[in-house]
Amino acid sequence: MAKFDLPANSKIGPGKHHAAPAGAKTVKTFKVYRWDPEGKANPRLDSYDIDLEQCGPMVLDALIKIKNEVDTTLTFRRSCREGICGSCAMNIDGTNTLACLKPIDEVTGDCKIYPLPHMPVIKDLVPDLSVPYAQYASIKPWLQTESQAIPDQERLQSTAEREKVDGLWECILCFCCSTSCPSYWWNGDRYLGPAILLQAYRWLADSRDEQTGDRLDNLEDPFRLYRCHTIMNCTKTCPKGLNPAKAIGEIKRMMIARR
Amino acid sequence: MSAPASSNRPLSPHLQVYKPQLTSILSITHRMTGVALSVGTLLLVYWLIAAATGPEAFATAQGLIGSPIGYLALFGWTIALFYHLSNGIRHLGWDAGYGFDLPTVYKTGYAVLAATGGLTVLAWVVGLALQS
Repeated sequence: MAKFDLPANSKIGPGKHHAAPAGAKTVKTFKVYRWDPEGKANPRLDSYDIDLEQCGPMVLDALIKIKNEVDTTLTFRRSCREGICGSCAMNIDGTNTLACLKPIDEVTGDCKIYPLPHMPVIKDLVPDLSVPYAQYASIKPWLQTESQAIPDQERLQSTAEREKVDGLWECILCFCCSTSCPSYWWNGDRYLGPAILLQAYRWLADSRDEQTGDRLDNLEDPFRLYRCHTIMNCTKTCPKGLNPAKAIGEIKRMMIARR
Repeated sequence: MSAPASSNRPLSPHLQVYKPQLTSILSITHRMTGVALSVGTLLLVYWLIAAATGPEAFATAQGLIGSPIGYLALFGWTIALFYHLSNGIRHLGWDAGYGFDLPTVYKTGYAVLAATGGLTVLAWVVGLALQS
């Protein structure tokens, strides 16, 4: 049963305020979710006043500046800073996106930053992604074949066959989409969620894969696939401009077509 | 596949922080209007049973439904009906594989809202005109 409010240990309290250095002209306030696993306190929302003239253009630049210059205890994942690795996925200004791709000036008013929604928090902005990773493994995300490959040659595809995985292979598994999906919030233990289902379709759509039947069998389940109610939050939020809802729709159509 | 029970990790905020947007609002409205229609169907059944029972029971039912509160409920029911109908057609499109790209999702979403308003007003104009 869906639980719409936060558990007692997850309610967010007021946090510390870090003022901007004297002489700062263009100040923006970043309100950042904090939770320290070593303390006993509830999560809190710290605010940091940042001089934008001394800061890079993206939200990730602001977070790095805070960690470098204001509060070294702030914890978040980041790596490539150019939207390729998917590490800095978080909830910024009310929607999920990659901090490295989100310009600060797109946020009006205070910039509020939370971890990806409805996930267990390891520390500050770092969510525990072990459930979605296990769900990813469950769809066997690799090429499965039965036929013998021709020696010394790849399994070939036509241009048209190759184009069928466009819009699917670009997914970086940042889980912005899955954690934007209310259906995944309420049933994330059994519903696979948009990110994993897009990956499932990536292998269903691959002309070289020969386990389409088994893959569909694995998804033919009231929860794994059919908890998608086409809410479309996934497509709305994808920082890579992909369309998980469409991929899920295609899987549902394949289910009907094979009856 | 849930987190270990011993974990004291907090749950990150979800409904509390996620920005309401057309996609999710129309979806939850679809579900709420579906529930409202089920309740409204009970009212319809009551009206039909009253009509079958006899003139006295039917007069009571007519009086109840004809009261200001009855009218308000009926008005709400027509909104729910036309919303659920229009958005249901939108869902049929998705089930057939059409209309998944974001600009189309927004266009059809606003079209559903316009159709709901238009059909509700039309139904009431025709209904009240027939009555008088």
